[in-house]
Amino acid sequence: MTGWLIRGARPLGGDPADILVRDGAVAQVGPRLAASSARGTQVIDAGGLIALPGLVDLHAHLREPGREDAETVQTGTRAAALGGYTAVHAMANTDPVADTAGVVEQVWRLGRQAGHCDVQPVGAVTVGLGGTRLAELGAMADSAARVRVFSDDGSCVSDARLMRRALEYVKAFDGVIAQHAQEPRLTEGAQLNEGEVSARLGLTGWPAAAEESIIARDCLLAAHVGSSLHVCHVSTAGSVEIIGWAKSKGWQVTAEVTPHHLLLTDDLAQDYDPVYKVNPPLRTQADVTALRQGLADGTIDCVATDHAPHPLEDKETEWETAAFGMTGLETALRVVQHAMVDTGLLDWAQVADRMSLRPARIGRLAGHGNPLAPGAPANLTLYDPAPTEAVDPACHASKSRNSPFVGMVLPGRVVATFLRGVPTVLDGKLA
Amino acid sequence: MPAGLSASVGHKSGHKPVLDAADIGRAVTRIAHEILERTRGAEDVILLGIPTRGVPLAGRLARCIEQVEGRPVPVGSVDITMYRDDLRLRPARALGHTDLPTAGIEGKTVVLVDDVLYSGRTVRAALDALNDLGRPRAVRLAVLVDRGHRELPIRADYVGKNLPTSQREVVRVLLAEVDGQDAVLLGASPAAGTPGRQEGARP
Amino acid sequence: MNRHLISAADLSRDEALLILDTADELARVADRPIKKLPTLRGRTVVNLFFEDSTRTRISFEAAAKRLSADVINFTVKGSSVAKGESLKDTALTLEAMGADAVVIRHSAAGAPHRLARWVRGSVVNAGDGSHEHPTQALLDAFTIRRRLGGGREAPAGAADHQADHQGEGLDGLKVTIVGDVLHSRVARSNVLLLSTLGAEVTLVAPPTLFPVELGGWPCTTGYDLDAALPKSDVVMMLRVQRERMNAAYFPSEREYSRRYGLDSSRMALLPQHAIVMHPGPMNRGVEIAAEVADGPRSTIVEQVANGVSVRMAVLYLLLSGLDPAKATTGADR
Repeated sequence: MTGWLIRGARPLGGDPADILVRDGAVAQVGPRLAASSARGTQVIDAGGLIALPGLVDLHAHLREPGREDAETVQTGTRAAALGGYTAVHAMANTDPVADTAGVVEQVWRLGRQAGHCDVQPVGAVTVGLGGTRLAELGAMADSAARVRVFSDDGSCVSDARLMRRALEYVKAFDGVIAQHAQEPRLTEGAQLNEGEVSARLGLTGWPAAAEESIIARDCLLAAHVGSSLHVCHVSTAGSVEIIGWAKSKGWQVTAEVTPHHLLLTDDLAQDYDPVYKVNPPLRTQADVTALRQGLADGTIDCVATDHAPHPLEDKETEWETAAFGMTGLETALRVVQHAMVDTGLLDWAQVADRMSLRPARIGRLAGHGNPLAPGAPANLTLYDPAPTEAVDPACHASKSRNSPFVGMVLPGRVVATFLRGVPTVLDGKLA
Repeated sequence: MPAGLSASVGHKSGHKPVLDAADIGRAVTRIAHEILERTRGAEDVILLGIPTRGVPLAGRLARCIEQVEGRPVPVGSVDITMYRDDLRLRPARALGHTDLPTAGIEGKTVVLVDDVLYSGRTVRAALDALNDLGRPRAVRLAVLVDRGHRELPIRADYVGKNLPTSQREVVRVLLAEVDGQDAVLLGASPAAGTPGRQEGARP
Repeated sequence: MNRHLISAADLSRDEALLILDTADELARVADRPIKKLPTLRGRTVVNLFFEDSTRTRISFEAAAKRLSADVINFTVKGSSVAKGESLKDTALTLEAMGADAVVIRHSAAGAPHRLARWVRGSVVNAGDGSHEHPTQALLDAFTIRRRLGGGREAPAGAADHQADHQGEGLDGLKVTIVGDVLHSRVARSNVLLLSTLGAEVTLVAPPTLFPVELGGWPCTTGYDLDAALPKSDVVMMLRVQRERMNAAYFPSEREYSRRYGLDSSRMALLPQHAIVMHPGPMNRGVEIAAEVADGPRSTIVEQVANGVSVRMAVLYLLLSGLDPAKATTGADR
């Protein structure tokens, strides 16, 4: 079997080293590996590139089954590979909803067939995301898809008793409930972060407290039943504070932040362009600063894209009727470099931690998020931080074009992605 | 909204005076007398100035007629902006006043008063405006300067001064009520071939 | 002037005054035997109404027709989602019909901004959700200037004095706007425009009907109507919708009316010269008592009449300017 010798890459941004990949695993890492060890391998000159463990996304909407006009597992995993990802979690709000073993296995199989990255289905917490009856969490856990993360993402499990039961129940198979924290009554008809901008634009406000109150409640519930809570797409400074408090108690609470919440603010809505409409909404600069700080100090565990593709017609409308969501898989690492690395908040080792190691641990994916060391599965990403280019969604592999970063000049380029020793992306293109 | 060059600017930019204050005064007096002669003592005459500079001219004519005849002549203004045929060729402009004497224009002899007669389009617009305001018995036209180059079959009944010009030249009428002094200036056009800009120096 | 009129914030003081001065002149057309000007002959104005508002539509229609424009009324009942055609498709249809101006009323804030991206003609916002209603603010400013022009007291109905106010703003006038500020497009546009014209605006509402953050709004705020009235030259009452009660913005109509309604006893707190305004339609007996609405200091009927003049001015100034397609040859005629 052939292997790959990656010459001169900088593992986690450190000193240059050669990485030998053989039989789907990392065989050797060291400076100037002997040419002899390269026999029967292809050589990649990776001088100046940063080597990271393959990125893991805890939160993506691949839309299949049901909304194949927006994205399919095929196109979504292509986008993921091009973004440097080797594993993505596929959210459950498909049609039909991924609330049974059958649907999660279907998504899991589609991922295996596509082959661009591992697709780990997320199971719904409640039947049909209805928020009233628990879905068969155990059956999904026991299925071929081995579901461990459960979420009603898109809707909040707002019933406190049901949330408590879900948290308790998944302890049996080391599951985690990923909560979309949005108090429904406080956000009826909500369009945009409630603040100066929503007041000026006359858009119904989306108070930070609607997110924070649910997070606080769920932290208390998780502590009470001794289970694991994961908080999806944290968007406010107050949420960061509450999560920090829960962690200080030693409770099993983890959290993610999206690239767009690390970079964009609510004033982008001023022309009512729905490309900036997202759930949870873009917040203020103070929130962005707190989220960056929370990610830097580890209060927020990881970056997750909340990649939410929508066809043009769902975004080319009035703001109020437009769909919520933004694409993100193909821009995540570039945005993180721009917002976190170039600002000195994270080094590349910490980027690997926040975008690969920790999300893999939260998602219970043993084969991903491992250090670049001999014996580990060869899931890795080669990234060039030097070039800068304006984002052009028309060039994206995702089926949808709703990137809020359109036109922004961002640094970096994913050069290659390896999934268990096999390149899915080479020279910035699908292999 | 007078956009005409101020007097000082006009002189500095090489505009040549062709009428001074005294010339203008004589011209107005002469026109007033002609109106009196041809309208049997200005009976049933209404003077309507076309903003901007036609309005003070109409006022001067009215005073002059009153001095001679010993009774006031109704005077007003008719703004023609909304009747112009070139509205889409310029930035939107502010409107002037339309002020009709309380008796109206029905059955009267209206004398339209303007500063410069050039293409004739302003007068055409004024005739349209009058049409919407009532039915005068007759409409006459009095201008301080006729510089030629008509684009419509229109002629003035009372002319202060016939001023042969080339289309490349600019005629500026300055009146004390608007510009602080009386003068008529002739100069080279900064942008040749834009006659509409210059007629009556209307913005 | 911009090509569109979408927000009162788009208007500089000079532009706002140009509109008011133009409206002053155009108001006199209403007194003429022939109430029509040829100015917009051959131009097409589309009234695109996604929300029922007969009074606003009729006002724009009368304004366009007095300027000789062709008027097409395009009324879309119900939401754009329900009818299945998107706003964009509608925009493309209007584009194909050659609309020179589209007057749009829509329940969604920002719909005029979206429309402006898809049509070449001018977009006039006739009310978008809880966002803005700039021509309402212009007609309110126009009405205030006519009644209280330049801060001086003038007798009611002194129409002949209108010309005296040309070029004047509303400097120093104290305007109190009362009611559902949170959901009111009239309040938003008026705060922006009246302050641009120099007025001092105070908003009065129950705390639930204020936005949580007013940030940079150029106005002061209060919860106590009785405290604001003695200092007011103008009090503008906003319509309060009964359905707000169900969302717990206030306990009952009766309580709202007691605390924030304008009745005869509150009228006594106003200075003698102060006027009472309402954008309509009114809830008599809720935000305004019938005897106040019909009283001599109420400008409510005048506001309607002034609406036509102001909208004529807006259409004239937006449509008579340089045609972008012909701008290159605009030097000659």
